[in-house]
Amino acid sequence: MAFAAFATTTSEAEQVPRRKSPVALLLLLPGILYLVLFFLTPLVSLLLTSFQAPSEFGDIGQYTYAFRWENYVQVVTDYLPHILRSFGFALIATVLALVFSYPLAYFIGVTARRWPLAQSLMLVLVIAPFFISFLLRTLAWKQILSDESFIITSLKAVALMAPDAHFTGTPAAVIFGLTYNFIPFMTLPLYTTLERLDLRYLEAARDLYAHPVEVFRKVTIPLSMPGIVAGTLLTFIPAAGDYVNASRDFLGGPDSQMIGNVIEANFLVLQNYPAAAALSIILMSVILVIVSVYVKRAGTEELL
Amino acid sequence: MKFSLGRWLLPVYAVLALLFLMVPIVYTFIFSFNDSQKSNITWRGFTLDKWLNVCNVQNGAVCEAFGNSLIIGAVATVAATALGTMIAIAIVRYRFRFRSGVSLLLFLPMATPEVVLGAGLAAQFLSVGVPKDMVTIILAHTMFCISFVVVTVKARVAGLDPALEEAGRDLYGSPGQVFLRITFPLLLPGILAAALLSFALSFDDFIITNFNSGAVTTFPKYIYISASRGIPAEANVVASAVFILALVIVVSAQVSAAARAKRLAKSG
Repeated sequence: MAFAAFATTTSEAEQVPRRKSPVALLLLLPGILYLVLFFLTPLVSLLLTSFQAPSEFGDIGQYTYAFRWENYVQVVTDYLPHILRSFGFALIATVLALVFSYPLAYFIGVTARRWPLAQSLMLVLVIAPFFISFLLRTLAWKQILSDESFIITSLKAVALMAPDAHFTGTPAAVIFGLTYNFIPFMTLPLYTTLERLDLRYLEAARDLYAHPVEVFRKVTIPLSMPGIVAGTLLTFIPAAGDYVNASRDFLGGPDSQMIGNVIEANFLVLQNYPAAAALSIILMSVILVIVSVYVKRAGTEELL
Repeated sequence: MKFSLGRWLLPVYAVLALLFLMVPIVYTFIFSFNDSQKSNITWRGFTLDKWLNVCNVQNGAVCEAFGNSLIIGAVATVAATALGTMIAIAIVRYRFRFRSGVSLLLFLPMATPEVVLGAGLAAQFLSVGVPKDMVTIILAHTMFCISFVVVTVKARVAGLDPALEEAGRDLYGSPGQVFLRITFPLLLPGILAAALLSFALSFDDFIITNFNSGAVTTFPKYIYISASRGIPAEANVVASAVFILALVIVVSAQVSAAARAKRLAKSG
């Protein structure tokens, strides 16, 4: 999904001298206006909604504009476990996806460089999960890893799992689902930086008698940092806000609900819009802090 | 050379990792041939019936959802591609004020979790009193696709040789002619890639759709709603067919690009 965003940086493309012209305004205006109307103002109305108070008539789903900052205190006390769980799950899934993806991206981007066709076909396989519905993929894992499934029954038969243990419905299953679903977001940006990695630097390090582990730690990793930064962002952000994997009909259970599930339930079922809005603002603020740390290092133009 | 250990370990790992990524896809494909009743959980034997009568289940609910997703995807793609391409050209070619503000406005939708985008739009539609239907879904999808279009087309505009357009102007081409005959054809591959990406994003979107769809059902939403009572095999048929189609498009594009690169290398 978002991979293209980070896969293509134009920094090294030769810069044509930019002209000043009223045409620029005409080209920008429709799209920018659209984003102001349907991205920026919704965020403002989310912020306003998060401070709303129940209407005096006490009807469900009716609220009046107010400055009820207690809404935030309320949602944090009610849903602190969900908030912490979301960022915890997202963090673990991001680390797992990085560990899974790095060697794969290294193989496609560096080892397979001599065979461009094989390289691009392997890339197709990496993004292939995008071609099949996100929800069906997750449901497929639910069936494959259900208590009656071949994998789980055999794990129990060889005593690697307790006979009465479950996988689906546990936090582990949700983290597994998040990791699987966002692996392509991690692999693609890693691939783009590793594909451009100048192997002569590695050679130079080896010529200077660096141990292979040292070469990897001191040369390969720093040089692939842009890919690591982009990949971790692209995995962490959607994972922290996801509510499909943790949904009870998918891989989640009662003790693995995330902030997204709470926002969905409050908004669409309970019609507690202020609570849903306050939680969304909290989620967005934490993520913005994390992103701005990255942006400070790389700059927005670079990330775009 | 790489780590001596890596010589075999890495290729084997890569193959296993790619196989792992394929597992749920293969599962979904196999179960599209399951002779299942209402839910599609246990294997009941092979049948082609679901592929041949996709629309017969639940009064065509699967097909209706699929059709909605196609319409929404098509309209949102056209709108987002047009708006995004214009922005991309402006960013690469022109100088203007508030440049960093514009790039921040384009970057933020991609850095915002979908649940926040969805809830924000829903809160806005609620406060303005707009009923949620197909139109609100299209408005939402267009919004989150624009940034991705800008990013994809921007790279293409940046790679465009301005000498070609200059040549067109030197030969007395009007600005319109230069755009239609030179700029647009050269940008077309980037624009098509952006359109495909937008369509894929829109078609598979569930989280934002769920907040802004009201009673309208898209294909992902259909799966979400049906998950508790069991997904009919027909949904697997639709997903598998879309998968195969997308795979054919992408692989043939890759193969033809590789063939073209080879030809160019030979002739050069």
